[in-house]
Amino acid sequence: MRLIGCLLLLSGFFVALAALVLLPAVLTRLVFVTAGLGVEILGVALLTRAHTLMQKERR
Amino acid sequence: MNLLLCLVCIMLMPLAAAGLALIHQGLGRSRSAAHAMLATLCALAISAIVFVTIGSAWAGFAGGSAHSFAAGGVRWDWLGAVEFFPSGIGMDPADAAGYRRALTLCLEMFAAGLAATIPLSGGTDRWRLAPACLASALLAGFLFPLFAHWAWGAGWLAGLGANFGISRFVDTGGAGVVQVVGGLMAVSVVWILGPRRGKFAEDGVPAAIPGHNIVQVLFGCILALVGWIGLDSASSILFFDAGPQQVVWVVINAMLSASAGGLAAVLVTRARYRKPDASISANGWIAGLVAGSAACAMVSPVAAIDTGIVAGVLVTYMIEIAELRLQVDDPGGAVSVHAGAGLWGLIALGLFGHFPDGTRAGHMLAQLVGVAALLGFMLPLIYGANLLLNRVAPYRVDNDGDWQGMDIRELGAGAYPEFVVHADEFVPR
Repeated sequence: MRLIGCLLLLSGFFVALAALVLLPAVLTRLVFVTAGLGVEILGVALLTRAHTLMQKERR
Repeated sequence: MNLLLCLVCIMLMPLAAAGLALIHQGLGRSRSAAHAMLATLCALAISAIVFVTIGSAWAGFAGGSAHSFAAGGVRWDWLGAVEFFPSGIGMDPADAAGYRRALTLCLEMFAAGLAATIPLSGGTDRWRLAPACLASALLAGFLFPLFAHWAWGAGWLAGLGANFGISRFVDTGGAGVVQVVGGLMAVSVVWILGPRRGKFAEDGVPAAIPGHNIVQVLFGCILALVGWIGLDSASSILFFDAGPQQVVWVVINAMLSASAGGLAAVLVTRARYRKPDASISANGWIAGLVAGSAACAMVSPVAAIDTGIVAGVLVTYMIEIAELRLQVDDPGGAVSVHAGAGLWGLIALGLFGHFPDGTRAGHMLAQLVGVAALLGFMLPLIYGANLLLNRVAPYRVDNDGDWQGMDIRELGAGAYPEFVVHADEFVPR
């Protein structure tokens, strides 16, 4: 779960970079960079969840 | 450019680290107070040595050589490539560029130290001294210089305007470079360490472990204000060519933002808990400083107040959600204050900033790309580096040390030897 979280973070970053390189208009870039941030937030949520579960197992 | 004024401002910066040190040791337990202060001193010392000898080469400077590669028809300048072990830079009175570079080195040395003190706050009461020192070296030697180069050293984020026709990523006072990078380090450390013994019951309900000296915490807030004014002013002069007129507004906006953050936290905690919470209010004050440091003089005073208010409210809720819902034990609130408010500050600059050229959408886009780089690239890198370091030098003290306190366990003597020691109220035995 932690690995998937990290991969989601990186994926979101590359979505943002791809939007910069591939799209010409500022607004479409803005939409795709925001989507990339959304993917990153999913990654953070997954990492957080993984650590919460690990703590429960330790208890 | 007024380089003498810049030097004076840089000399105020250690007060920011002193303020953060007082805050995080005051919010920890009395049995770990000396350890917390010594860890701060060691982090500052190690980060200064490692940054000046190694990290500064990778942080680079505007106009200096850098590692880059070409992709998508654009050159991506990703890491500085100037000499290791710099010496004698700017000693010649006629060499203005060299003097400016020496000032950049000096500012970034203190900024690296400030970033290194942030994770100590998250790891209070359970992070061993030796791994904390190694983590400081890792931060000052590679992680901080990497993002400092991107944003301050003419890296790819600073070059977004030239390469993509939008606007450059702006982080005037280091909300991203210093605060978010330090905050992401704190997230990683808190995740790896886990909570203090007795913090969460079997069913996940948290126990209150109040800070041992709230007076020092609140005094730390005032010290931090002075240090932050130095950091914001010096970086505005060095990286954004601010003159003395703009520096006056940097100081005014820093004070307004901190005041708004602190008062917002006082009011929110007063409304929710019937009485203001001193420790959360202190965190609101620092959150205001952190969020305001992204824009400095690039926003109006009203926008600085708005930024501070949102930061203060945000931190209040983030601290509660982290503890109650996510079961994150972050005694000093480093994750919420530095990572959370820092990210908000970068976005707020895109919303409220006054820029001489470019469109609002272009500026917002540049700020969001910076936020995406921090979360999407720096977080996994920092987390992975800390996981590896934890394998080499285990971060967490053993269970006995957790119960005894870090002072006795690692230093052999307590911070307050004449205090009466009470039975432990927080840790089940």
